[in-house]
Order: sequence, then structure tokens, then C-alpha cells
Amino acid sequence: MNQQEIARKKRVMHVGIWLILICVCVILYSLHTGSIRLSPYEVLRTLVGLGSEDDSLVLFEYRLPRIVITILAGMGLGISGAILQGLYRNSLADPGVLGLHAGAAFGLVVFVSFFRSLEGMISLVLPLFTFAGAVLVAVLIVLLAYDRHKGVLPIRLILVGIALAAGFSAITLFLSLRLDEGTYAFAARWLAGNVWGREWANVLALLPWIVLLVPYTWLQSKVLDALMLGDEVATGIGAPVQRKRFLLMGTAVALASVSVSMAGGVGFIGLAAPHLARRLVGPLHQYMLPIAGMIGVVILVAADTIGRSIFQPNAIPAGVVVAAVGAPYFLYLLAKTK
Amino acid sequence: MKGTVFSTVFLLTVAALLMSMFLAISYGAKEITLSTVWTTLINYDPSDTSHQIIHELRLPRVLGAALIGAAFAVAGALMQGVTRNPLADAGILGVNAGATFVVALSFAFFPNLPYSWLMVVSFLGAVMGTVFIFLLGSSTPGGLTPLRLTVAGSVVAALLHSLSSGIAIYFELSQDLAFWYAGGLAGIKWMHLKWLTPVVLLTLLWTPLLGRSISAMALGNDVASNLGIKTKRVQVIAIIVSVILAGVSVSAVGSIGFVGLVIPHMARKLVGVDYRLIVPLSAVMGAVLLVLADLGARMVNPPKELAISVMVAMVGVPFFLYLARRERGSY
Repeated sequence: MNQQEIARKKRVMHVGIWLILICVCVILYSLHTGSIRLSPYEVLRTLVGLGSEDDSLVLFEYRLPRIVITILAGMGLGISGAILQGLYRNSLADPGVLGLHAGAAFGLVVFVSFFRSLEGMISLVLPLFTFAGAVLVAVLIVLLAYDRHKGVLPIRLILVGIALAAGFSAITLFLSLRLDEGTYAFAARWLAGNVWGREWANVLALLPWIVLLVPYTWLQSKVLDALMLGDEVATGIGAPVQRKRFLLMGTAVALASVSVSMAGGVGFIGLAAPHLARRLVGPLHQYMLPIAGMIGVVILVAADTIGRSIFQPNAIPAGVVVAAVGAPYFLYLLAKTK
Repeated sequence: MKGTVFSTVFLLTVAALLMSMFLAISYGAKEITLSTVWTTLINYDPSDTSHQIIHELRLPRVLGAALIGAAFAVAGALMQGVTRNPLADAGILGVNAGATFVVALSFAFFPNLPYSWLMVVSFLGAVMGTVFIFLLGSSTPGGLTPLRLTVAGSVVAALLHSLSSGIAIYFELSQDLAFWYAGGLAGIKWMHLKWLTPVVLLTLLWTPLLGRSISAMALGNDVASNLGIKTKRVQVIAIIVSVILAGVSVSAVGSIGFVGLVIPHMARKLVGVDYRLIVPLSAVMGAVLLVLADLGARMVNPPKELAISVMVAMVGVPFFLYLARRERGSY
């Protein structure tokens, strides 16, 4: 192990520890804000099981599931963005570009057009619809971008993604204009990226995907590194390009669509988290992926907290907060780099 | 050879435009025969209901559709040429996003603004969106490159869109904004055409002068400079022209994507890469598309209307997908 690599490992450790600390702080802060305020001391006491009954109800039944969902979704979006940027060799790719948000939104609007009500047990089916919508778009994209001789072409993937996103947005718009105002307001909130899942059942729906796919992605970091160098080089150093790309693509789609189905159409995390991670620890996926995931967590949890604590009574969706903070930062990056 | 292809295609599209305009005037919630349409045009009788419908409702609407379609398409063609980005249209200049943002603001703070004022306000919003992106792009160290313009444009657009939906959600007017955004030509009256027409036509007259320079710039800025073209100036003029065209159109009918994206592609397929030919052909084809889309939006479920942006996407998306498949990695 040479000098350089040790230095890099050290840097990754530093960044990682700092990010974990920030994560913990943000999560604790998020636990204590909301329409019922709990002091940090009460939060801690309740967490270890000594709080009053009301406090534990608020914390365990309302706030904690929501925060766990935000954490999982933030991580999913960040890592999905990192995979896509690696696959496309394009640092501007994110799940929104692939039309996944449009598909999920389509699923949502179909759901509310059919059931009209979001009360009770039926609301638990909603993630299935958004997930199905996103997968539908993903499958269509891959089918349409598939070439018999060359496999899936990255550039065509982007073109097809844009077109399908526009098409599905149009259908969504068509359906949503026929909704009554109250239902539409819910749909609009969701589209703007409102963390929607609030129950432990939703956490259970999300958890297995993240727990399985995130480590899988991390194990594939060498392949992602190789793919970043270009298909020819990747083939040359012995990576099965087409098969791996297909698998990783599926992973990215699954991560993004489960996250989006719970957290709403949050943009920018998939774009910004890998960017930031790359700036902090360099382009090697082995280091960059976990950092990107953690940055995703910090961004989404912070944005959700800000959205629901500052703007009362009409909480602003996390997606709006993310864009309001993320876009200027991104523009600043753009202005600074040559 | 190229000249004859262009003339044939151009004449055919002009004929298609005239035909679709006649169709669009005669079909609608109330069907009117083509001969009545003709007599209204040459000999208007204000006491006849059919004549009144044509004169007061359909004619301004169809003329508006044609004008706006042409404006959107030319704006898209110019942007694709100048940024050398086949996926560009006036949307990347923040036109739609700027207009939507300002409209959301005015819905929230001045809910009783009349339609005409809303048009003025949203035009200003569109221009401001672009100026912001432009300043941002050109204040950077490397100057205003096409790539930077595109990136800055899409980020600013995302920001403005999400701020608009934030405002809409906070003030509980999401659906009103969605209706505006979905667009439609129902509100177009002679009064609006009176200032739409001169603005659009005067701006369109400028574009043939740009054609030659843009064709050269499509080969790369270095080549264009060697040919004696002041690339900076052409870029700025093209952007100003497309902002005026797209801004006016968005303010009149809401945000109709796709026309500016698809039409220049079709034109390029038909007549090649010469922007002196692409621009006028795009104008006519854009007009045809929007007239037909508007007719379709009215005809699907009369007397109710479908949102025109939905209609355009229904036509545009399959076509664009076909295009993306046919183009074998040549992008």
C-alpha cells in the first residue's frame, strides 16, 4: 500500500466520521421538531424507554417512522444517482432524467383517480402504484433503447428517457386536471417531493430493498470504476459490460423508485449527492458510494425537517427545500469550475 | 437539387397549413361547412350566428395557434443551432419556468389579475428567467459555452419550477396553476392577436438573417470564426429572438413543451442541416402542428377541451421515440 492510498483512506475516514456526526445531529434535531415539540432531553429519555406515554406515542408512532423513511429514501436516491452517473459517464444524470419520477407520478395519479380517497388501509397500496409506474417507465425505456447489435446505448437511453418523461407527464397532467381540488392538492404535494410514508408498515416496505441493494452496489464499485473509463477499456480489463450495465441499471431503477414511492418526487439529491461525494473523496466508487449515500441522508432529513418546522401550517414539501438549497449550490459549482 | 427538395417540401407544408386552418375553423363544438367558412372570410355578415362564431371565436383562435406554433418552433430551431444541442428548445432558457414562477407569484399575491395583465406579467417572467440564466452563464470564468448554458438553464428551470410548486402548495392554489400550465388557446381574442401578431411576425422576419451564421456555427465556433462570423453576437441575437418568440407564446397559451423540440428535428430530417432552410420550414410545420393539436384538443370530447400540451405530447412523444430509435447513435 503506497503513501497516496493511505492518505486517501485517511481522508475518506475523516469525511465519513464527520458525515456520521452530522447525520446524527440532524436526525436528533429532526426528532425534536414538529407540531409537538419535544426537548432533546425528552427525546433521549423517550428513546431509551423512560419517557411519558404521550411522548413515546409522538416519537415512536409518528416521528420515528417518518425519519427512518427519510433516511432510507435519502440514501437510496443518493446511491441511485451515483450509479446512474457512473453508468452514463455523465455527471448530470439523475433518476429524474430517466423519467422515473414521471413514471412514479403517473402511478400516483392513476391511484388517486381510481380510489379518490386516501384514508385507511387503502393508502398502503399507494407505494405499489408509484413503484409500478416507475418500473413501467424503466422497462419501456430499456426496451425502446435496446439495439439488437449494440445493446443498450447510453445516449439513446437519455433521449428515450426525456421523451417518455414528457409523455407520462402529459398523461399525468391530463388525469390530474380532472381531480377535485382536495385530491389534487395531495397529488401536487407528492409531486413536489413530500415525505409521504409515515407508518412502520411503510418502513418495512422500503427497508429490504435498501438493505439488499446498497451493499450489492458497493460490491460492484470496481465494475462501476471500469465502466467510467468507457466500454472498450472496461471490456479490455475484463468486465462483462452489457450484463453488468443491465444489472446496475436495474439496481438504480429499483433504488430510485422505492425511494420516490415513499418520499415523493424529490429531485436534485441524485444529482447533488454523488457530485459532492466526488469532490470530497475523489471518483473511486468504493469510497464515493457510501459518502454519497450519507450525503443523501443528510440532505433529505434536513430538508424534511426544515420544510415541516419553518413553514406552518402548510408544510413545504422536502423536494422544494432540496431544490431551493441544492440549485444555488449547483450553480455556484458551475460558476467556479472552469 | 437541394433547392427543389426544399421548395417542394415547403409548398406542401404551406398547403397543409392552409388546409388544417380551414378544417380547424370549420370543426368544433358546432360544425360549420367549409363554404360558410369561405363566405365568412370574404363577406362577413354579423347577423349570422355561424359567421359570428367563426369571426369572434374560431378565427382568432386558429390564427393564434398558427402564430404561436411558428414562434415555438423557430425559437427551438434557433436554440438547437446555437447551443449545438439537439435536445435544446426555448425551455432550456428558463422561459417556461420563469413564466410559471411569476404566474404562481401573481396568483398568490394578486389573485384578481385580468387575463391580459397575466400575459404581460408572464412574458416578463419568461424574459427574466432567461436574463438570469444568461448572466449566470456568462459571468463564469470560461465564458458562455453551449454546455454551460444548457446546464445553467436546466438547473435554474428546476429551481424555479420547484419554487413555483412550493408557492402553489403553501397558498393552496396548485390546481389553478396546473390549469394555467396545461395551457390552451381558448382565451385568445382579437384584442390579444393585435399585439401578438406584430411582435411575432417582426421577430420572425429577423430569423432568415441568422440562418447562414447559425449553419456555420453548427460546425463549431472555431470554424464559424474562421468564416468571419462574429459568434458572440450571433449567439446573443439568436437568444434574444428566441426568448421574445417563446416568451410571447408561453404568456399567451401556457407552457407547451415539445413543439420547439420536435419540429426542428423533423425539419432537419426533411431538408438537411442548412438553417436558412430549417428555420422557415420549422415555422410552417410548427404552425401546422399547433393548429391540428388545438383542433384535436377541442374535438376529443366537445364541448369540453383537452389541455393542449397533453395533445401536443400525444403526437410528439411517439414521433420523438421513433426518431430516437432510427437515429443510430448519430447524436
